[in-house]
Amino acid sequence: MAKLFAVTIIVIAIASAIPIIMHTWSAPEDISIHGPIIDDQMSETMAEAGIAFLAAQFVLAIFIWMFAKPNPGGKIKKFPGGATGLVIGAFLIVGIEVLALGVFGAKVWADVYLSPPGANAMPVQVQAGQFAFYFRYPGPDGKFAAIHPNLIDESTENFFGIDTTNDPDAKDDIVTAEFAIPVNKEIHLLMHSKDLGHSFYVRELRVHQDFVPGLDVSLHFTATKIGKYEIVCTQLCGLGHYNMKAYLEVMSQDDFDKWLKQQAAAQ
Amino acid sequence: MHDMSAPAVHHHAPPTSFIRKHVFSLDHKVIGKQYYDMALVAAIIGMILSWIMRIHLAWTNAAIPGLQLLSKTGAPGGVLTPEYYLQLMTMHGTIMVFFVLTTAPFAAFGNFFLPIQVGAEDMPFPHFNMMSFWVTFTGFIVLLASFFVSDGPTLGGWTQYAPLNAVGAIAGPGQGMGVILWMASIALFCVGQLLGSLNFIPTTLDLRTKGMSLMRLPLTTWAWFITSCMGLTAFAVLMPACILAILDHVAGTSFFVPSNLVISDQLQQHSGGSTLLWQHLFWFFGHPEVYIAIIPGIGIVSHILITNMRRPLLSHRVIIYSMGALAVLSYMVYGHHMFVSGMNPYSALAFSFPTLIITIPATIIVLIQIFSLYGSKLRINSASLFALGFISMFVSGGVSGFFLAQPSIDIMLHATYFVVGHFHMVMAVAAMFGIFAGTYFWAPKMFGRMMNETLGKIHFWLSFVGAYCIFMPFHYLGIVGNVRRYSVFVDDYLQPLLPVHKFITVAALLTGAAQAIFLYNLIHTRFWGKPASDNPWEGTSLEWSTTTPPPFDNWGGKLPVVYHDPYQYGVESSVGDYVMQASPEQVKTENDEQ
Repeated sequence: MAKLFAVTIIVIAIASAIPIIMHTWSAPEDISIHGPIIDDQMSETMAEAGIAFLAAQFVLAIFIWMFAKPNPGGKIKKFPGGATGLVIGAFLIVGIEVLALGVFGAKVWADVYLSPPGANAMPVQVQAGQFAFYFRYPGPDGKFAAIHPNLIDESTENFFGIDTTNDPDAKDDIVTAEFAIPVNKEIHLLMHSKDLGHSFYVRELRVHQDFVPGLDVSLHFTATKIGKYEIVCTQLCGLGHYNMKAYLEVMSQDDFDKWLKQQAAAQ
Repeated sequence: MHDMSAPAVHHHAPPTSFIRKHVFSLDHKVIGKQYYDMALVAAIIGMILSWIMRIHLAWTNAAIPGLQLLSKTGAPGGVLTPEYYLQLMTMHGTIMVFFVLTTAPFAAFGNFFLPIQVGAEDMPFPHFNMMSFWVTFTGFIVLLASFFVSDGPTLGGWTQYAPLNAVGAIAGPGQGMGVILWMASIALFCVGQLLGSLNFIPTTLDLRTKGMSLMRLPLTTWAWFITSCMGLTAFAVLMPACILAILDHVAGTSFFVPSNLVISDQLQQHSGGSTLLWQHLFWFFGHPEVYIAIIPGIGIVSHILITNMRRPLLSHRVIIYSMGALAVLSYMVYGHHMFVSGMNPYSALAFSFPTLIITIPATIIVLIQIFSLYGSKLRINSASLFALGFISMFVSGGVSGFFLAQPSIDIMLHATYFVVGHFHMVMAVAAMFGIFAGTYFWAPKMFGRMMNETLGKIHFWLSFVGAYCIFMPFHYLGIVGNVRRYSVFVDDYLQPLLPVHKFITVAALLTGAAQAIFLYNLIHTRFWGKPASDNPWEGTSLEWSTTTPPPFDNWGGKLPVVYHDPYQYGVESSVGDYVMQASPEQVKTENDEQ
């Protein structure tokens, strides 16, 4: 039975690794400027974790195969080097591995999250609420009108609580349910929630950020490929959570300008 | 039985009435079995809930016969609504994490065996111990009661993030009374575990019998001791957090709710609270909780492997220090659950490095367990198979921690099935394997009867292969970006993943069904199993020195005296290749570290 168990462990380990090695299931193609460094970090971690996984399972299986004895006899033996060798090995190999992952991973994180948006980044505001995203463009004046929570009224489609009567900045604000952006243009996304915790996840864009009620959170990114991509909520927000999504449309600059004009006319 | 020369005076008399013997018992052994049985019932409920969830995920419109009896509105005609899916999911996670993974390896086995393994007659505060179980049990009943309130249990997940947990029924079904019952249940659970920890610590430190130095304690005792120290700090944070959330519901406070929230077009009256405060409080408990669930498993598996390898581990001390390092570091890593939560991005870096560093003591433990197999005389039985399966699962779930420890990669994997696969393997399945290993190993001492080995091995094979079939594909789904906590996969990009979900569901149904073998074996053993001898596995620690089952005071009037380290195997003694801790026989050994 021990030998069968050892073989089972090895078969399971190899079978588990094959879909990873063959890329049977993989992340969708990246469409952002910052994405490749995240993907590289993922690949490096996969290689290191994969080797550790296979090595540990194989050694476990081999020792079970070798040392399970129905009728044991003779003296027990110690693994050469004993615990000291293993502890030193763990500190050196795993220590160097995690240090490398930590340092390079920190650099990747810093590139994405700790660098400010460029001066020419296009601001877009996104508001999350049960169970929809709404996006706001500041219009020609470049200013977002102030938000008044007491004015939020879905029945009149005043999703952001804008004072359209008295606030001059509100006159040209454009509110949409779709997130359209020009390709190769840096976007500065200003995020807030009107009710509960939500999240903004676009796999292809390698962007994932929670909305925190009571806090304004911002992101910046540049999409590099024209197309339509799903934006999904990943923070459990109630019964319609599974259905809270919107679409990101990455367009050419010309198409985006036309789209924005159409949206402005429809306000 | 060996020489027992230390005097003993038991501080409370054996009970005579049924109630005091079997219900409100002060005996740590009875309390341990009560915890075990409660965890067993909780595990069955939690597993049935997971079946319902898995069927719904694979075949969304499938009617599950009888489900409408649980909730007419939540499952009309037996078909789950999205909100009831989330409610059952929340109950599954809560029941499993708190009432199975924490209670069985720690409170159940710990209660039964810790006093015996240190050579004590009982815990120092038996009334607290009895209260510990009954308060925990009350918490369990309060949690189950939420199934029967008007809009059912909370749908907020086992993490109960704010402000969903604090704004009331306006946020959705179950968010009113359901949340209050959840918070009350977990607060009670915390009180129960605090009372338990308050007993475990002085039992270990003060009630050790003559000759039982700290380094002579078995690894199980060390694991329970370290876990109880963690329990004191972790549960002491979660309990007040739950009370504050209840106050947000019933007293008009705003601990977790900020100003100006508009829910269902209604401006909320709360002001000044912090949603991230809940996350900090919850995860300050939540990450140590992972280790509260798994460190007893590490101790149990080490203890069982040593007995079945017929040798001590390569180092007793290093395992103890590594378990201690896991415990200390577990408080420094909790922020890795919050990388994309909106907390300061510099904090992510501060939490990332300790999270990566915690892999070092975990690796050391696994390496010592695996390399101790070298040159051993491994006995294959149900207990050792589950112990070896634990190592395999712990490794598989552990390596995926490399990914989630890095904030940059977490951008892709956060809140996906990768996380679900990771924690189910490293914490849930591994801990369950520890529970199964402990049950097969200690059933003779707990119930006085031997489990059926053939059934045990069949149970192992189906569970081991089944668990991999269920949880390894979760990682693949997560890599693609399959978001967790969705009741329906309506999104275009998730449609191609449905065949994987169907495969997982079939595997979950079969693996779950295989647990009936264990249940049958356990029940049959307890009533009709083959009577066990005092030391059926030829073990060395003190639980094998007393009779099977142990007497009321554990030792029949006189405490044992300890002469040896806990794991003196591979020696030549008058009884075989081992010498028991309580045996005065002197043998030459190369294994003695101390």
